[in-house]
Amino acid sequence: MAVATKPGGAAIVEEQEMLISGSEAVAEALTLADIDVVTAYPIRPYDTVMQAIAKKIANGKLVAEYIVAEGEHSQFEIVKHASTVGARVFCGSSGVGWMYAMEAITVTPALRVPMVALVGNRALDDPGAFGVEHNDALSVRDLGWMLCWIDTSQEALDTTLIAYRVAEDRRIFLPVAISADGAFLTHSQAITKVPSAELVHRFLPPYNRGDLLLHPDNPITVAPQVNEDWVIEIRRQNDEAIRRAYGVIEEAYADFRRVFGRGPENPWFEEYMMDDAEIVLMGMGTLSLPVKVAIRNLRQQGKKVGLIRLRWFRPFPYEQLARALRNAKAIGVIDRDYSFGSPFGSGVVATEVRATLYNAQHRPPLIGFICGLGGREVTLEDVNKTVDICFAAANAGRAERATYWLGVRE
Amino acid sequence: MAHLTVEVVYRGIFQKNLAARITRGIVLSSRKAGRWGISFGRYGDSPQRNGVPAKDFAIVADTKEELEQHMARYEPKELHVTICVDDTLFKGVESWAWYGLQPINRLLLPDGHLLVTSTRSQSELLRDAHKKDSPYNLWILRGKASFSGLWVFKEDHTEARLLGALAKIAPHFMDIDAVSAAIREAEWGSELKVTSARKAYERIEGRRIAITEGNDEVPFSFEMPKWWEMREGLTIPAIPVGKPVEGGKGYRPERNPYFKKFSTRTMRPVVNFDTCVKCTLCWIQCPDSCFDVTPDGLYDANMESCCGCGVCEAVCPVKDCITMVNESAFDDNKSQWEMWRQDKDAYQVWAKQKIQDKVGTVRSHGFRYRGQYEEELAEGELEVGGMPVTEGIPGENAEAKGVRPKRHIHEATSIVTGVPEAPGA
Repeated sequence: MAVATKPGGAAIVEEQEMLISGSEAVAEALTLADIDVVTAYPIRPYDTVMQAIAKKIANGKLVAEYIVAEGEHSQFEIVKHASTVGARVFCGSSGVGWMYAMEAITVTPALRVPMVALVGNRALDDPGAFGVEHNDALSVRDLGWMLCWIDTSQEALDTTLIAYRVAEDRRIFLPVAISADGAFLTHSQAITKVPSAELVHRFLPPYNRGDLLLHPDNPITVAPQVNEDWVIEIRRQNDEAIRRAYGVIEEAYADFRRVFGRGPENPWFEEYMMDDAEIVLMGMGTLSLPVKVAIRNLRQQGKKVGLIRLRWFRPFPYEQLARALRNAKAIGVIDRDYSFGSPFGSGVVATEVRATLYNAQHRPPLIGFICGLGGREVTLEDVNKTVDICFAAANAGRAERATYWLGVRE
Repeated sequence: MAHLTVEVVYRGIFQKNLAARITRGIVLSSRKAGRWGISFGRYGDSPQRNGVPAKDFAIVADTKEELEQHMARYEPKELHVTICVDDTLFKGVESWAWYGLQPINRLLLPDGHLLVTSTRSQSELLRDAHKKDSPYNLWILRGKASFSGLWVFKEDHTEARLLGALAKIAPHFMDIDAVSAAIREAEWGSELKVTSARKAYERIEGRRIAITEGNDEVPFSFEMPKWWEMREGLTIPAIPVGKPVEGGKGYRPERNPYFKKFSTRTMRPVVNFDTCVKCTLCWIQCPDSCFDVTPDGLYDANMESCCGCGVCEAVCPVKDCITMVNESAFDDNKSQWEMWRQDKDAYQVWAKQKIQDKVGTVRSHGFRYRGQYEEELAEGELEVGGMPVTEGIPGENAEAKGVRPKRHIHEATSIVTGVPEAPGA
């Protein structure tokens, strides 16, 4: 337990440990961020967050408007409007709920609304299912939403605070969707450091919408109908905003480390045993756990394998990744998503990494693995298999196949 | 090897069907002459509003390849022919905010052709049309602007007559026999329309306009902002609230500086300030907040904001207090109230002359009662586009004002077949 001393001399507890799930960690962060408006509509696994926030409000820990909408579309519309009048807002959904809100989700970045949303990742219907797949959040990848994936309860709490800091930065004003793997993260409790409100206050300034504030004292029209003389300029503005996010995200993580005394040096991705790695596995979210364990086992056998777990998918850290992959002899990307009919039939992340390396000096064989869909376990055996295939490709200097489906009964 | 690019400048909604028929007719006629063509509307104009200037195009060429070459842009920027189906558009074209005012002859190539349906003289039209840096030809087809509504089309042969006129102007692409064949076989199947086209072919008159002729005014224009100059978040500053007109009295709302609406209207209200009872109805009902409240409590239609809809005339309870008058009767956009204040007698003379001028020239925006369409067609020569409309817009106070639109349907043999009734009739 970190203890600091106030100028007055009294000791204050700056962080305390709690046993909470990823969803509860998000609710802790929302309480610390003192959000103003939250909208809810139940769908598993996102509903765990709305329950946790409701409990915070019921217990008097958080004062906020809690609006249960009649569906996800309204859920996202309500917070969008609340944000334009200056409220700090939170929203979220899962799977087809997220898709049902798509129209509202689409206009949110265009209107430069710094909403923070939690996507409890869930397979899209049909078949009706509630296990994790990343296709729900990935469906907005081109629209100006900043997208990140988290791995632990601690990262859930920290990233939520960072997300507000980045989204509400006047240079950006774009929404952030934080993706949490359904079940693996949303429903499992882990020891988590919860900082004090004073600390958070030092890190996260109040939301100031400035000249975009919808208020009688600042009369503006929002979202007029336009013709072809205006649209591309508006898109260009959004492009500039998300380009600026690279710098702002790095700034925010540096400040997070300064204020809280912890947090990653590299905001973009976690690098595990990457120093001398010949084979690099990549992925997003909680599949890092079996991958790390498998890597430790393989290292004992002398196999130099490392992991890059992507945190930020939008903006995509292509420069940083190209640097981190410059010594890899083969790359295996494990996608917990699908992209039917894509180049090489790869998952979304594999396709992005392949595009990242197209102009690189060093282009090792890259193999995509579709694995763990619908919440199926990514097993140690699956990971070992990816490593075997990657070593074979590294030795041959080329991949025999570009994409494999793993863990499928056949 | 040659091609012909034609635009039709028309009034949104009121002439939408007319313009589409003209450009279709051009392509079908030139096809009869062995050419290839395409007919299309400016996509940006698709949410047309009442009376807002809009454009349709036809391109025809000797070969398919040549046609493609001249189609390969969003909309034509250089024209051989501009067809203007409402002569008030000679004041200019401003279809959207930020466009500025585009002279009616702006896109014409040197020695191009401007063809207009009008009952006015060349010198009157040239008072409105801006000067151009190259000579062009002005052709007048005698006739009133043919106005109808969104769902209706007035069968007054305007499209056939314009095709006949075009056969005179561009015989290489569509001679009068090709036009006749297209009217007869391809599209309308009307022998009467063929006659109309041939008459127009014979009667069309035109002459070359020198660069010294035309309106001297420099049309207002705007620089469009760069992407980094625009406000973010799809926000635009609101128009600020207005101010008193003078001495703390009256009220003038601020107005959009980038959309003047001068060219949106085909009529404008003329107000008799001496009979105004200050009931406020015009001020309240005007959908564009165009009335300035004068220091003495009268209502002055500001021409920077009026789109000529006629609602003020319709709601005014006083007979002949507000009268809609053909826009082409005016040379400037000055305040009527200022004129009245300076010399009330002179103003009455001026207003009376303007109101008289409306006979036979006022445009009818759509059809307002059952049978109006037949009346308009049957009572006049096609050459002048049917009967004179003198009553303006009857409105809710029509009876109180002694305006009684005729509501009987003519027994006379109609040249019209299959005309849909006006909605709400």
